[in-house]
Parts: sequence; structure tokens; C-alpha cells
Amino acid sequence: MVKKLAVQDIILTLQHYWSEQGCMLMEAYDTEKGAGTMSPYTFLRAIGPEPWNAAYVEPSRRPADGRYGKNPNRLYQHHQFQVVMKPSPENIQELYLGSLKALGIEPLEHDIRFVEDNWENPSMGCAGVGWEVWLDGMEITQFTYFQQVGGLEVSPVTSEVTYGLERLASYIQNVDSVFDLEWGHGVKYGEIFKEPEYENSKYSFEESNQQMLLELFDDYEKEAKAQIKNGLVHPAYDYILKCSHTFNLLDARGAVSVTERAGYLARIRNMAKDVAKAFVEERKELGFPLLKDKNRKKEVTK
Amino acid sequence: MTHSYLLEIGLEEIPAHVVTPSIDQLQKRVNDFLTDNRISFEKITKFSTPRRLAILVEGLADRQEDVEKEVKGPAKKIALDKDGNWTKAAIGFSRGQGVTPGDITFKELKGTEYVYVTKKTTGQAIADVLPDMKNVIEKMTFPTMMKWADYSFKYIRPIRWIVSVLDDQVIPFSILDVQAGNVSQGHRALGKLVTIANATDYEKQLNTVFVVVDAKKRKHRITDQIKKIATDQNWKIQLDQTLLEEVNNLVEYPTAFAGHFDKKYLEIPEEVLITSMRDHQRFFYVRDQAGKLLPNFISVRNGNREHLDNVVKGNEKVLTARLEDAAFFYHEDQKHSIDYYVEKLKDVSFHDKIGSMYEKMERVQVISQELGKFIGLNSSELADLNRASQIYKFDLVTGMVGEFPELQGVMGEKYALLANENPAVATAIREHYMPTSADGDLPKTRVGAVLALADKFDDIGSFFAVDLIPTGSNDPYALRRQALGIVRITRDQKWHFPIQELQDKFLKDLHDHQATFNLDFKQNENAVLEFIKDRVRQWFSQNNARYDIVEAVTKGTDSDILDMLDAAKVLESHKDDKNFKENIEALTRVLRIAEKTDLEADDSLIDPKLFENDSEQNLYDAVETIRKSAANHTINENFQALQSLRPLIDNYFDQTMIMVDDKKVRDNRLIQLSVLAKMIFSIGNLKELIVK
Repeated sequence: MVKKLAVQDIILTLQHYWSEQGCMLMEAYDTEKGAGTMSPYTFLRAIGPEPWNAAYVEPSRRPADGRYGKNPNRLYQHHQFQVVMKPSPENIQELYLGSLKALGIEPLEHDIRFVEDNWENPSMGCAGVGWEVWLDGMEITQFTYFQQVGGLEVSPVTSEVTYGLERLASYIQNVDSVFDLEWGHGVKYGEIFKEPEYENSKYSFEESNQQMLLELFDDYEKEAKAQIKNGLVHPAYDYILKCSHTFNLLDARGAVSVTERAGYLARIRNMAKDVAKAFVEERKELGFPLLKDKNRKKEVTK
Repeated sequence: MTHSYLLEIGLEEIPAHVVTPSIDQLQKRVNDFLTDNRISFEKITKFSTPRRLAILVEGLADRQEDVEKEVKGPAKKIALDKDGNWTKAAIGFSRGQGVTPGDITFKELKGTEYVYVTKKTTGQAIADVLPDMKNVIEKMTFPTMMKWADYSFKYIRPIRWIVSVLDDQVIPFSILDVQAGNVSQGHRALGKLVTIANATDYEKQLNTVFVVVDAKKRKHRITDQIKKIATDQNWKIQLDQTLLEEVNNLVEYPTAFAGHFDKKYLEIPEEVLITSMRDHQRFFYVRDQAGKLLPNFISVRNGNREHLDNVVKGNEKVLTARLEDAAFFYHEDQKHSIDYYVEKLKDVSFHDKIGSMYEKMERVQVISQELGKFIGLNSSELADLNRASQIYKFDLVTGMVGEFPELQGVMGEKYALLANENPAVATAIREHYMPTSADGDLPKTRVGAVLALADKFDDIGSFFAVDLIPTGSNDPYALRRQALGIVRITRDQKWHFPIQELQDKFLKDLHDHQATFNLDFKQNENAVLEFIKDRVRQWFSQNNARYDIVEAVTKGTDSDILDMLDAAKVLESHKDDKNFKENIEALTRVLRIAEKTDLEADDSLIDPKLFENDSEQNLYDAVETIRKSAANHTINENFQALQSLRPLIDNYFDQTMIMVDDKKVRDNRLIQLSVLAKMIFSIGNLKELIVK
């Protein structure tokens, strides 16, 4: 049977494991976002010819998924463990299965399947091909080969492995509610996150200042565009993330009609595409510093 | 001695629905490759799992067959100079073909003699040809393609290994950085690497590493295992073939197992339970002998029986979490009234360019009443229809349909019954989505059928009104399926559905009720008519109707779907009648002449006083008799009556010159023929018929 690792032990184990596979351990990025993919350590680094291998925990906010801390599996904010490797290693599936073993999940003792699930995030101009990984019928990981990021076709391809930490931990600790998970040293997940879950749900669904959010979206958008023009890719990207989160808050509040929804998503997508192009340009000017292969560098910088 | 060749493409997990079509494609490509390369063989066997596509060819010849081909060269007079010696042209030609001028023969072609040589190609040993299997693999196409690592090559999933062995020899080639060899991979957890020492050992060898490579055998194994569990437990199970096919392509080494869930969840509608089990978890649901759904399921593991209890527990836990969610929605949804949900539909967009779901329901309410009256529903049916059309999309905003979109309509019916709506109303809510596929079930109730027709007609009309018209393979809103649904429902209910007439009625009603919501239904009205007629044609072609008959009945003036279907049946039943050819020729002769005039086909404009011979009077009398009673007769009777006019028509044309100089007389005759033509056109454009 699986050893009952606390959530923080699971994180430590994954960090240790992926570090050994050549990944840099990054920290969570400090702007609100809906998924680990939107961290610049994935979104921006998946673009362009430079190699990139990174792993990090990403707290991910999805206001519409908030359930006031009452649903055992749905959360305003959950945690993803994100691994990106570019170019995708030939044995990435085996590496992933190795990480499960490191967590005490022996493939021989379970049923692990790769079930087709192609991933798309139209608001960021992203699309990929891959699977959801089922552990005894439970989806614990999203596994994606990016094909397009920020509207650009990628080359080389990044492989992305996203563990749903709460799901995985619920399985490992054999609890029915995420709030019963042990985070570490006997402290329960619920003791840390139940109140924020309640408050953030109440805020997102009932109390948020819609007028302010609508204005913020416009302001953030303006600032993002201005900074793209100034060639300041990273500040611009931060404001795009803020737009995205602000939109999610508005959406949860029911403040966006279906028609407007498409409009907002298109606005975010257009900025994501612009910043993607700007990022490649910037890296090119720097001579793609992470690209060690001289021939390849010559080819892409000409 | 013959040979065996094995080709295996090892891949990361292929999507389940792609496995079977892909192995069929590979088999065909290998077959074509061998044929094109003149390699004879006895048998091709295919193998497939989620991680591999493999082909075994047996009874292969040693070498390609030799071929002799005659090649034509220059004309004889160019090949020989005046002394009879070979010219440079002849020498060059023969060298080009790998022979000497001594091999040249002459043959005449269209009066000129030419140089010919017989070129012989000796077949190569197959070991030298088989490396080209590389191209066979690379040429495969898939519904979605991806690239990986730093390659630009696209495939269904990354290729991880290739086995290519002729008997016991590797036939080498490489794709990207994968070198074809003789080592395959076993089951991910149970297996290991395995060397294919001989092509014919493939299936047996893979079995030792826990891979059942023969998809058919694997499916048998799953079926047997499931049936055994069901028999042991005294459960009834209907093996869902679609699910079985999918599950078969998700596992390499199947082991079926049973699990259960708390029976408290049985209070949730059965459809929800089934959707959770079948669609979300790929479980087979089970019933007791009386047909009652049981709190048990059967699933299939990709692996053996070891540690099976972990797998059972895990799967039960996941299902329970899903059912807990469903139970939550089921209770929450019932806390609100139907009106509450209907109100919410004002904020739900049907389509950005068209408007809200609520507006759509308002339109459908208007046109379904009109259609219900036209069809002749009684007053209680009309009342049920009215209520249904006011609320029929309400379940779209319930929590359950949000979570289980595939249960739209089904949940609507359940919730409507729980809210004490009339059962007829509840059923219509479910049935209005029908048919959901080209041969899906049709609504059974009249109220449901009218609502289904109105909803589909509004779908088509409103998308056309904003110029979102399907083109080519682009039909994102499945409007073709909707139109075919209209054809199938009217046929099934034997209801008249005169498209043009109804379009006018509906439009007037929508205007009267101010329910057009600024949509311009008029602009593409004709396109809608043609679009639906196209689906009538599709229906015919699916039912093997004769092409010319289909063309005739869909190109007439009657836009009633039922009439078109009937007319086709009538023409089909008379096409072998004695004199059919002559009769049709007589009638089409009328059509051709009538085409030449724009005069109104109004019988009151015919002046018998202008007739100059008996044949005119006789035809006039006969046509009038048929015309006056046409409305009370069936299409068959009318068609027979028209056919019977043939002697009169023949006689008429024998004795009457139409295009005379006297305008009055000429017009009188043209009007007469136009009146008759109009009657013929109401059955169909008989000019389209091919009569021999």
C-alpha cells in the first residue's frame, strides 16, 4: 500500500525527483493565474528555440470553481505541480511513471492509463495534444505536448506534466475530502485553506465590486498593450495575467454575458499573441542565450 | 520457400477511437505496397493495441516478379540512316533503355513504323525492397497529428520503436532517430523488452510480456470475463459494443473486475448513473434479472489480477465522488421552480449573432402553435405544446445539465415531471432533441414531434437569417442533421410539411407576435428551402431511390416534403407500366412548350371559343375534369389521370399548331398548355426522368 505522504512531502518528493531529471526548481510565480501553464515559466518559455526544463508548484485560482469550502473536491484555489521539459524527452512517459514510483505508487499495484485528452486554452492561444492520466479510474495528471502557444506554432515541442496535487494527495492519503488532507506536521489542509476558500468564494460570487473589476480590466489591458509597445515583455505579461484573473472574477460573478464573454476572451488572446511574438524577438536579440547548440543557434538567429 | 515479414510501430498511447481505423489503414497500405512492388504473398494479419500497430505478412515470395515492358522509341525513318545503319537517335534510345540496337524491333503505329525494345526488369530480392516500408509508415494519416521533441514530422503520437523483421533478419530503416530492429516492448507495468526472433513468433512472444496483440482475441477475452462475472453474480448485462470497442483499445492485457457503489445513489435518475459509469468512467452498468439498475458495475483493468483490490477500491472511490456531485445537483436543482430557470435563459446566448435562448423559445412558441394547428393537433395537444414550448430549454441552466451536458432534455423531462407538469409536456421536452443522429430514434408523441420540427426549423431559419450557412464540410451547428431530422419526422408522422407555405405562415406569425427579434428571415428564405430539399435528396439516396426520380420530385413546384416522398413512390411504382415512356414523353412535351411562355397558367383565361379543332376541346375538357378534382385525389390518382391524357395530348399536337401568327389563338393555346404543365409540375419536373 502507498505510504501516507503529507502534501508537503509529496511536493518535496516531486521536486527532488524532477530535479534529478534535469529540471530547475522554480518558485510559484507571484501573479494570480488559473493554471501553472500561465506562469511565464511555462507560457513564455515554451515559445522559441531555447531548451527549458523546469518544475514548480503553482497555486491556481479559479473563481468559478469556488464552493465556499463545502465541496470535498472543488476549490477556488488548488495547487498544481508543473513540470515542463523542452524539447520533450523521448522517455517522458517513463520519467512520469518514475515520479509515481517515487511517491510510492507502484504501477504493478494499480491501473495506470493514458486516456486521450487534447488540451486547449483558446484565451491564451494555446493548444496541445496528450492525455489525462488515470490512476485506478481517477484523473491525477494532465499530460500535454504543446503544439501552439500564444498563437505561435512551437518548435521544439515542450512536454508539460501537470499533477493535480490535491487529487494526488487525496489518493495517497486515502481521504474523501481535500480538507482532511495532512499538509505537514499534523496540520490539516482544511485548517489552512477552509476559511480562505469560504471568503474567496463569497467574494467572487457575491461581494466583488463589479464596476471596479470592469475598470481594472480595461486599465490592465491598456497597460499591457502599452508595455508591449515599449518592448517590456515581462511587465506586459504580468498585466495580461491580471486581465485574465480579473475576467475570471467577473465571470464568476455572472457579470459577463455570453456575448461579451467571447469578446473578453478575444481581447486576452490578442494580447497573449502579441506578447508571445515580442518575447521571441527579445530572446532573439539576446542571441537565445540558453541555446547551447552552436549550429542550431546560427540557424535560428540569422 | 516463402517468407514472413513483421512490421510493428510502437507508439505512445494512441487515442482509443483511432486504433481500429489506423490498423485498417496500415493493412491497406502494406497490401498496396506489396502489390505495387510486385511482391506476391498469401496472407496479411493485423494486430493492434493502444501502443502498437503491427502487420504480419505470410507466404511472401523470395523476389519481386520480373516484368517485361515494351517501350516505343523514335520512328524507323529516324532510327536508320539512308544506308540502313543505326542513327545516333536509335543508339541513344537503346542505351537509355539499357539494351543494344540489336534488340530493336519495328512495329507499325497509325501508319508509321516505330522502333520498339522490350525492357526487362528483374525483380529484386524482397529484403532489398522492404526497407521502403519506411514510406508506408510515414504516409499514414490520422484525424489529429502532433509533433514532438525538435522534429517537424507529424504523427498520431510519438513513435518510440519499430520492429521490422523478415523471418529472423532485421530489415533496417529509420524514422527520425528510431532505428527499426527486432526488439519490442511489453506491457508497461507487467512486461519488459522482448526480442522478436522470428516474424511468425510475434503474437506468442508478445503474450509472454503481457500483451494480447490480436484485437479480436482481446475483445473476446474481455467479453468472456465480463459475462463470467455477470453470470456468477446473477446480473443482466447488455454489452454496449461502442464501449467495448473503446475499452478494448485502452488496454493491452485485460482483466475485468466488479465494483459497487452505495445504493442510496439509486434515487438519482438512472440516466445520470449510466452516464457517470459508461461515459465518464468507461464502466459497464448492470441490472438484476427483472431489469432494475443495480449499484454495481464491471470495469476492465489494463493488467492482471494482482493487487486488483487497489484498483477496485480506487475506481469505486472515483465513481462515488461523481455520484455525490450528481446527488448534490439533483437536490439543488429541485429547490427552484421551472419559471426560475426559464427566466435565467434570458442570459443564456443561443448564438451571439442570433440572440438568447429565451428569444429562441419565444419564436418556437409562435411557430410550433402555427404548425400544430396546421397539422391538426387537438386542443389539449395544442395546450400541452404551448406549455412545452414556453419552457423546453429550462434544464440547460440546471446544475445537473451543466455537469452532464449530454443529459439535456432527459433531465428536462425528469424535472418537469417532478414539478407536476403534464406528462405530455415533459415527454415533449425530451423528444424535441430527437433524432440526435442520422438514424437516431424519432419522437413518439405528436406534441414532441411538432416541438422537434419547430425547434429544428427555427435553428435552420435563424442561422440562415444571419448568414451562417453550412458550406462544404463546414456545418458547425449540425444544421444538415436538423434538416434531415425534419424530413424523417414528417415522413414518420405522415404529416404534410409544405416548406414554402409554412415559411410564409411562420414569418407572418413572428411579425404579428413581434418575435422576430430583428432577424431577417426573408433574405435567405430560398436558401432554406433548397437546403431542406437537399436533405430530402439525401434521404432518398440513403434509401436507394432512383436518381432521376429524386431529381424530378425535388425540382417540382410542390415544396411539401411528404408529397415529394409520395410522388417518388408513385413514379417508382409506375416506371415499369406499359406505355410509361410514351406517357412521360407526351407530358414532357407539354412542359417544354409551356416553358416558352410567361403567360399566367390560369384556366379562367382560356377561351374555348378560340378553339379551332376537336382535339383542343377534348384536351380542355379532360384537363378541366382532372384539375377540378385534383385536390381530392391522391398523388397516385392524379398522376394516373395525367398519364391517361397521352392520346389526347398526342392528338392535340397532331392537329394543332401552337405557334400560329394569330396572337389571340396562340396565347390561348399556350395558356392551355401552361395550365396542364402546372398540374404536372406539382408532381415533379418530369423532364428529369430518364425513360428508355
